[in-house]
Amino acid sequence: MTTFEDEPEIDESSLNMGIDPWERNWIRFSVVLLVGFAALVTIAGFAGGFQLPGADSEVDPRTVATEGPWADPGVREITPGQFEAYVIAQAWSFNPREIVLPVGAEIDIYVTSVDVQHGFKVTDTNINMMVVPGQVSKLSFTFDEVGDFPYICHEYCGQGHAAMYGTVKVLSEVDYAAQASDTSTEPVEADQ
Amino acid sequence: MTIIDRPTQTTTGRPGYELSPWERRFIGIHIFIAIVALAIGSLIGPLQALEYSNVDLYQYLEPVLKSYYQGLTLHGVLNALVWTTFFIVGFTTLTTIKGLRRPLSHPKVNVAGLVVMIVGLVMTAVPLLLDQATVLYTFYPPLKASWFFYVGLTLVVVGSWISGVGFYLTLAAWRRENRGVRSPFIALAGVINAAMWQIATLGVAVEMLTMLIPWSLGWIDATDPELARTYFWFTGHPLVYFWLLPAYISWYGMLPKQAGGKLFSDSLARLAFWMFLIVSVPVGFHHQFADPGVPQIWKWIHALLTYGVFLPSLLTAFTVIASLEYAARRRGGTGLIGWVRALPWNDPSVTAQLLAGILFMFGGVSGLTNASYNLNLVVHNTAWVPGHFHLTVATAVTLSFIGITYWMVPHLAGKRLWSPKMALAQAWTWFVGMVIFSNAMHMLGLLGAPRRTPLGEAPYVPEEWNGHLLRVSIGGTILLVSVILYLIVMWKTFRGPKVAAADVPEVPIAEALRSPQLTPVWLDRFKPWLIVAGLLVLLAYGPQLVDQIGNMNLNAPGVDFKIW
Repeated sequence: MTTFEDEPEIDESSLNMGIDPWERNWIRFSVVLLVGFAALVTIAGFAGGFQLPGADSEVDPRTVATEGPWADPGVREITPGQFEAYVIAQAWSFNPREIVLPVGAEIDIYVTSVDVQHGFKVTDTNINMMVVPGQVSKLSFTFDEVGDFPYICHEYCGQGHAAMYGTVKVLSEVDYAAQASDTSTEPVEADQ
Repeated sequence: MTIIDRPTQTTTGRPGYELSPWERRFIGIHIFIAIVALAIGSLIGPLQALEYSNVDLYQYLEPVLKSYYQGLTLHGVLNALVWTTFFIVGFTTLTTIKGLRRPLSHPKVNVAGLVVMIVGLVMTAVPLLLDQATVLYTFYPPLKASWFFYVGLTLVVVGSWISGVGFYLTLAAWRRENRGVRSPFIALAGVINAAMWQIATLGVAVEMLTMLIPWSLGWIDATDPELARTYFWFTGHPLVYFWLLPAYISWYGMLPKQAGGKLFSDSLARLAFWMFLIVSVPVGFHHQFADPGVPQIWKWIHALLTYGVFLPSLLTAFTVIASLEYAARRRGGTGLIGWVRALPWNDPSVTAQLLAGILFMFGGVSGLTNASYNLNLVVHNTAWVPGHFHLTVATAVTLSFIGITYWMVPHLAGKRLWSPKMALAQAWTWFVGMVIFSNAMHMLGLLGAPRRTPLGEAPYVPEEWNGHLLRVSIGGTILLVSVILYLIVMWKTFRGPKVAAADVPEVPIAEALRSPQLTPVWLDRFKPWLIVAGLLVLLAYGPQLVDQIGNMNLNAPGVDFKIW
């Protein structure tokens, strides 16, 4: 076998990284940059309230559609201006297909799936969640603008995936009061 | 500059070790399978891109491809899993042998690895082609594929482990023969990547063995999809570094030689690889920022560690660019930026890798966005994400690998590269096509377009998306041209006449500017880094994994019909 007796002896104490001064500054700059980014998202998340979904609660996907709020999915006003919506995702639709709100509404949205994985992203908002069988996904949002905000399934869930969506309709106070008196019950009940 | 100008002594075995005919063929089989996978996978890619502007070619392909989703699954599995894994194992075999200048110590181990990978590939391919595994390359349960698919993919991974053991044994044998000598960089880096891969794939191995395979065989009725996601992304993020590090081996250890220069900093190149070993794995929750079932605190910890894994890439940016600048100035390049023109842009292997590196900078920026905790909510699972990874795995990695094949395939086959001009055109069309494609995809994502969706048929697509959808199709078409050029060049090279040994391209191995013997010993030792890697994984994953496994609920059976 080849050996390396001709290899010059090197004094162990003379070994060093041999970092070029420019490179040393680049490393310093990189560390400061990354620490800065980390600080910004941390402040925005934990002090500014721009939060991710977390561990909310668990359900049994085989029976959830018959239990508690999930047996009657839709939007409810808890206290004036404060809403909650329960949305069931299934291949290949959301129930309900419409969530109607007055402008300025604060809403907690809960979503779960009864079959495979789905996604739930409300266009032009920070509501973006995976919908996983067995888990409840929850995010809160305040709708400050009148308009239609589609919620789109963004996880592949089979052949009809591309058609799976619904709409958050945010109405002015006047329009919302008008349609609320039109329909004395829940605004819209989705069917299959 | 504080470069110690000591002559670079030979630190490796027999000078000029040439690959034996058997070794050439053995490596060549890996690369051949990889290129066939890339060919099929990439020819399917543009079908998706064209669908975006309502050109549905799938209706004409009905006998072969049943749906957009089957095409997308094949595109993802063949390009992201098969092309990469086979190329990487073949390339690492070459960097091990040529880096150490010695044959494999246990070639039977490596042969066994290849055989297991091929058996796995066949088992994966059959259900994919029969539309029995249209579950995309993330195979999230409870979408249920044929058990062949899960067993096949598992065998591909197991085969790559076996090959990794072969590399490790060979490096160990070399070290016994060369005590006190620093391990040659390209060989050490390849083994580090193999070790990282073995740690990383424990997640998907557990997912397959304890959940997906028993479930697909009917031994258990249902799955825990959230736990499956945690297992998957334990592997899923380091997977991208498994793809990327071989490209880095080339950028650090080979490209400088091709450009006429040297590796700027041997010690920092090694440090970057060790950092990847320790921080590639404990970052997986950044793919699950939008998941239920994982507390915010763990997502946040993984977000911080993800910023940590950016550091070695930033080191790489400096060292690689400095190495290239050194080369360009030796070639007479001048100016603050003007030296770039002095690089050998007429060499398709160099050009492909330079263009890959340029687009990787943008891929890094969009990746940093993805990883930025709450910022992720703006882009998660939108078209932004495939826009991002077509800059990283589909360009930084794939175009670099293509560039490597421009010397590697001629070297292995004993041929000359057929039409370097066409190869140059291939690199540039890839670059241009990908700039158009990925920019449009990023824009669509910001507007809220979902990924993994045939947007041509989606009912909710507003008019303002149309221009971007068209640009996706145009970019995809240019990429199709590029793929066809590549396949012509490879085929003609492969079928070309044998040429004299002097005309066959050499394996480019860059010397370091400073002798690797001056690099501290701790940058050449596995043990401390493996211990730190294991500890970090335990700290960052242990508590949440224990919690999810302890509360495992196998209650999601999926549906009892074929959902695709």
